[in-house]
Amino acid sequence: MKLEAVKRSALLAMWFILLTFPVMVVRVNTVTGVVQWRWSNLVLVGLGSFVISLVWNWALARTAGRGGEAAEAGATDEATGGSGLRIGERMSDLRTMLSEPRYRTPAYALLAVVIVAFPFVMSLYQTNIMISALVYVMLALGLNIVIGLGGMLHLGYIAFYLVGAYTYGILNRFFGIGFWVALPIGAALSVVAGILLALPVLRLRGDYLAIVTLGFGEIARIVMNNTTKFSGGPQGIGGIPRPTLFGLEMGLLGVTRYTYYIIVVVVIITVFVVYRFENSRIGRALAAMGEDEIAAQAMGVDLTRMKLTAFALGSVWAGIGGVILAARTTFINPASFTVWESVIVLCCVVLGGMGSIPGAIVGALALILVPEYLRAFSDYRMLMFGAVLVVMMVFRPGGLIPKRRRSYTVDVAHEEEVVS
Amino acid sequence: MNFEYFFRLFFSGLTRGSIYALLALGYTMVYGIIKLINFAHGEIYMIGAFTALIVAGALSLTGMPALAILVLASVVALVYSSMYGYTVEKIAYKPLRQAPRLSALIVAIGMSMFLQNYLLLAQTSNFLPFPDLLPEFSLPESWGGMVNGPQFLIFVTTAIIMVALTLLIKFTRMGKSMRATSQDKVMAALLGINVNRIISYTFIIGSFTAALGGILISSYTGQINYFIGFLAGIKAFVAAVLGGIGSIPGAVLGSIVLGMAESFAAGYISSVYEDVFAFVILVLILIFKPSGLLGKPEVQKV
Repeated sequence: MKLEAVKRSALLAMWFILLTFPVMVVRVNTVTGVVQWRWSNLVLVGLGSFVISLVWNWALARTAGRGGEAAEAGATDEATGGSGLRIGERMSDLRTMLSEPRYRTPAYALLAVVIVAFPFVMSLYQTNIMISALVYVMLALGLNIVIGLGGMLHLGYIAFYLVGAYTYGILNRFFGIGFWVALPIGAALSVVAGILLALPVLRLRGDYLAIVTLGFGEIARIVMNNTTKFSGGPQGIGGIPRPTLFGLEMGLLGVTRYTYYIIVVVVIITVFVVYRFENSRIGRALAAMGEDEIAAQAMGVDLTRMKLTAFALGSVWAGIGGVILAARTTFINPASFTVWESVIVLCCVVLGGMGSIPGAIVGALALILVPEYLRAFSDYRMLMFGAVLVVMMVFRPGGLIPKRRRSYTVDVAHEEEVVS
Repeated sequence: MNFEYFFRLFFSGLTRGSIYALLALGYTMVYGIIKLINFAHGEIYMIGAFTALIVAGALSLTGMPALAILVLASVVALVYSSMYGYTVEKIAYKPLRQAPRLSALIVAIGMSMFLQNYLLLAQTSNFLPFPDLLPEFSLPESWGGMVNGPQFLIFVTTAIIMVALTLLIKFTRMGKSMRATSQDKVMAALLGINVNRIISYTFIIGSFTAALGGILISSYTGQINYFIGFLAGIKAFVAAVLGGIGSIPGAVLGSIVLGMAESFAAGYISSVYEDVFAFVILVLILIFKPSGLLGKPEVQKV
């Protein structure tokens, strides 16, 4: 059994060496006519694919065993299957622990202290990174409503982020409007954009929806790229003022800390609203729609209204995030709003677990912070994101922290007593 | 009305449409069988073009005749892209056959992103000039000026591929198995069709035509980059939907309509919004005729 697996992986490694040979080994510069042969990559690919295929097949067998589909998942797989279950158990242990007030209060208090102290303990650079990570947390929470609850694959999400950022940028450029006024306007315009996008795609589902939303995101970017007088074109808009506090002079460090607190407060509001929304009547109707549109419709869910709600509620957070982004970077241009930004947000949601609020938070923090601290691997960032999407969907479609439905248990033995 | 300008746009649209058609064929076949938008299809097209560039670049230093380089580079590129298509299916799509559609779509996007960045990291982020492989030959005088040799070659190749694929699907055993698999996978398996193998064949054929498109368009435009595949892939998908997804003549018709529409819109309206037209067409077709020009209306099953 073991030898078989090694042999299989060795064969696969050979296959990958062959497959990646022209791309990995040969590099041709057609301008100068120089051909580079990078033989060392051959070894790298061979070893890499050997190890990955060993782990991959092992994990695949384990997933199949856990699903109870493979009859062969007997004694041999039990030992390996255990570790996966243990992680899951540990996760739910943590959850039950946190649901007890005895542990919950100190845990939240500690978290609050860390959050408040963060910009004072860490450097300016770290605070800035944290701000962008928190903006992504917001985006992930917003997208989570559309994808996780509504089950609609939305690939143009970044367009609403663009709407928010450009609302602030353009209003400031032409009318000198400040951050605090732009924030609600940006949010409102994003909602309007969300509804405008939702209207034509109401009848679409699945793949078509994904392509149309992707197209919408690209259209928004192309328009911004080409309306030079209005939006600055490819050069974008610079010199956007940072957030203000009653006209106080704060200096760069002060204003960064201030921005950090703004985004923290906004994220907390987002989490609160999304959490309340999820368990509301509309939220549950939306979840039902995500599971099965026809069944939901049969149960009296108004699909049109639900879809519009999902898009509107998803885009408002992107709009707010966009305004904050513009205020933090003081510069925006269309190149920061490509399709791949939408996919990164999607990646955060998928990694954390579709439909799960803690999942979206953890996913976004992990995906934005880890590459920042592993600067040496920053070139591989997008490659890794692609791999994360594939690996998560194949092995753990529920994400790191799968969503949990609110469930009610009825104790049959005591039911009469309860009723009476 | 300037006729020469009109015909130049017409033929450039036809060229563009032919390339979309080569890509759209793969989309439509894969979609017909496993009901999935293979986002990575555009990357296969890009990898095909890149492999041809690499092989041609390496061979041109040996001083081989141009025709031999063209044939060798194309053959290697076609074989490799088919291998990539096969491998992508085995790694990413096969484990998710039974999973919800959303998961499969997400995997497809992840795969597309992975392949794009793999090429970016292993090769270069710059535009590379593509060696001039297509033989330059002169056409009869009356055609001159409006359509050139490479364009003509592209039309002919697309036409041949389309006819060959139609014959393959209509009259061969494999084509019959493909049609059966696309109608009902379980039933096809019960009747002794190896469904996994048929799906692999579909991916291989789709990747083959995509790579052919990649090589042709790259030698026509003369430059390539790691991201040429994504937008081309999306537009080819739009073309496949326009023609009616799952239908081979539909894919070709849709591609040519889309190529023409883009070419005329860019020529007469505005060239900066060239990429927008495809999406506008997609939204319109999905609202007014979701089954496409030649597709059969899909009945929604509960």
